[in-house]
Amino acid sequence: MTTQPIPLHLPGEEPKERVGVYVCHCGSNIAGTVDVAEVRDWAGRRLEDSGVVVSRDYKFMCSSLGQELIEKDIQELGLTRVVVAACSPHLHEGTFRGACKRAGLNPYLCELVSIREQVSWVHTDKVAATDKAKAVVSGGVERVIRNTPLEPLRVPIHPATLVVGGGIAGIQAALEIAQAGFPVYLVEREPSIGGHMAQFDKTFPTLDCAACILTPRMVEAGSHPNITLLTWSEVVDVKGYVGNFIVTINKKARHVNTELCTGCGICQEKCPKKVIDEVYEAGLGYRKAVYTPFPQAVPKYPVIDVPNCLYFQKGTCRACEKLCPTNAIDFSQKDERLTVEVGNIILATGYDLFDPRRITQYGYGRLANVFTSLEFERLTNAAGPTNGEIVLRDGKTTPSAVGIIHCVGSRDRNYNNYCSAICCMQSLKFAHLVKERTGATVYNFYIDMRTPAKAYDEFYQRVLEEGTLFVRGRVAEVTDAARLPSEAGKLIIQVEDTLAGKQRRIPVDMVILSAGLEPRRDAKQTAQMFGLSCSADGWMIEKHPKLDPVATMTEGIFAAGCVTGPKDIPATVVQGAAAAARVLGMIQKREIELEPIKASINQTMCSGCRICNNLCPFNAILFHEDRQVSEINPALCQGCGTCVAACPAGAISGTGFSNEQILSQIEGLLMLNVEKVPALA
Amino acid sequence: MLKNETFEPVIIGFTCNWCSYRAADLAGTARVKYSPNVRLIRLMCSGRLDPTFVMKALAGGADGVLITGCHPGECHYLEQNYKALRRYLLLRRTLGGLGLEPQRLKLIWASAAEGVRLAHEIDRFVEEVRALGPLHWPQWNGRSAELAEPEKAEVTA
Repeated sequence: MTTQPIPLHLPGEEPKERVGVYVCHCGSNIAGTVDVAEVRDWAGRRLEDSGVVVSRDYKFMCSSLGQELIEKDIQELGLTRVVVAACSPHLHEGTFRGACKRAGLNPYLCELVSIREQVSWVHTDKVAATDKAKAVVSGGVERVIRNTPLEPLRVPIHPATLVVGGGIAGIQAALEIAQAGFPVYLVEREPSIGGHMAQFDKTFPTLDCAACILTPRMVEAGSHPNITLLTWSEVVDVKGYVGNFIVTINKKARHVNTELCTGCGICQEKCPKKVIDEVYEAGLGYRKAVYTPFPQAVPKYPVIDVPNCLYFQKGTCRACEKLCPTNAIDFSQKDERLTVEVGNIILATGYDLFDPRRITQYGYGRLANVFTSLEFERLTNAAGPTNGEIVLRDGKTTPSAVGIIHCVGSRDRNYNNYCSAICCMQSLKFAHLVKERTGATVYNFYIDMRTPAKAYDEFYQRVLEEGTLFVRGRVAEVTDAARLPSEAGKLIIQVEDTLAGKQRRIPVDMVILSAGLEPRRDAKQTAQMFGLSCSADGWMIEKHPKLDPVATMTEGIFAAGCVTGPKDIPATVVQGAAAAARVLGMIQKREIELEPIKASINQTMCSGCRICNNLCPFNAILFHEDRQVSEINPALCQGCGTCVAACPAGAISGTGFSNEQILSQIEGLLMLNVEKVPALA
Repeated sequence: MLKNETFEPVIIGFTCNWCSYRAADLAGTARVKYSPNVRLIRLMCSGRLDPTFVMKALAGGADGVLITGCHPGECHYLEQNYKALRRYLLLRRTLGGLGLEPQRLKLIWASAAEGVRLAHEIDRFVEEVRALGPLHWPQWNGRSAELAEPEKAEVTA
């Protein structure tokens, strides 16, 4: 698809194109700062030479009446180009292109220029803003007359989907797609799916057991014929684009032959090496060197933890190999690289817990009986290291007073500004569980109580009625330095009670830090691999926080759950299902229209210098040795335009962003400035 | 026009569709205020920046040119922002060779989340260019027929 440069018309000659300019008020969003009528009149008068034949303003251009206005003009005035001065093209480019298409004009002959995000919302001086709006419109007009009609590219959508992360979000998404009859690859880095939810005992506000509601889903995901479960695996490379991603997955060596393993558990029983389980048991319990993280793990096959295995480290032992009844242990297994083709990707990689060691005054890691929320989850879990008994770090003493500190690492400008969304409800749940199982006095130290979902506030009322004590104030310090005899051997919580207006020292036996949620430590690398961007906090950015929360800026890649920010389980499940629905919609369409932004080489102009060859990171440029010219493979070209800018012979052109378009836009943007110079002089 | 307090520089800014243009959108949505002296052009990638664009802007009446792109390592097209960086460095040298202040060209990285940062950097650059004074390259006197015609005739020829 080569573009013929459109010659500029000479002064005095009839303009080639008939352009319509439409200036939007956006209520008062634009009209409040920009003199819309003046921009309209100016465009109609000053841009006549460039072909502007009609210039209008309207309260809301994006409304159906506004769109009809454009359609009517195209048909009645024979417009060949349209410029809409309104909001960002990322918001309404599709809307106005659609209007043009309905009126029989090629949609790519329409330009939407931003005078809201880039003018009225960011400037206060009305005169300067109006001048800038004129310049922006003029740039749009000069550019649009060099636009060429284009046809969107249609690419088929591969029916398979990759789901990254096997927590509740990933499981939900995978199941929805699999149940609709399409293949899914579910990749999980740990030996089992289940994610954080599998570590919990109870879930708020209903207090139903997490395992009881999660494990059936895990089993279903593990046995569904449409789901290829790849645990102990990580995505290492993503190539391609929407509809046709090529994903490389590293399947780490399990050292267990899954064809032979029955999951009987004898290897785990006989393995002599005990290892502290930092992941699933949050450091509170042990596992073996050959292990499944928990009894209900899906898949049931264990993995051998190489750095801790006696055979791998010392060459001895081999107990598991000798005792395995099905000879499934295979020390020779190597990592395996799998390449899969998928049409869409759902990222559900979840969160990491804030490390409360960073807040040294809370004493975590220094004072034995300060626990993190995740440690406490394991403590209360009936299948956990203490069989669900709430005891101090010594493993036997039941606490008689417990302090729960909210907002640890959240809503704190020293760590994270955001609210972690789940901590209030989680702390209330902890308070209830402590009360129910130990009868201890429970204090909650909170800044604000945030209980905004279905049945959440009712749960708060219930915990209040149970006699949990609430102290409003940020805890200053947790210390074991007693000042009074009654404080001896206790942890003392120093806090300003902001409701009573006084400093308090509250002695307790156990402190639970309701630690906030943080992006995964490797979120940045993940974002890079999938071509997404992270917000300043490190969470992945969704396409639109309100209207498109599960899509991302990259077509064909969706995000669900905590990967885009803290969420509770219901919200996570909703997002998993929503992302799946979006993917199913894509699959059902069978093909997708892509922006026809591609580069191409004019073979007669190419000198064969090969400068462009090394510039393309997608290997889209091929060099024909026989003819000594380069050629671009349109299927691989992503349309960045780097080669267009680099070609010394001017042989490469880019559709949608041609040199002519950009150079003319520069000229248009500066037109007003050029006009003003003599006036000022 | 002499260098004075009332001099309002005109700056052409090139933005990347995936990061800095979205940062500009975000600055708008968040109503972050910045100087109206900058006019932005959207490219698909900072790698699309042809050095000619910068020369065209400066020759056409801009007093400064701003190039913006994704942070190193975050390019939507893997590594094309590095190519923009190379061209930027080369362009700065070329400007110096032409007797222009290289500071009239600036490159900043701004991710889609950095609306506030972008606004702040724009303001800084506007002040830097204001301090340099008007460019006057070439001596434009409006789109007068004498100047416009030969140039345009050349293009059509």
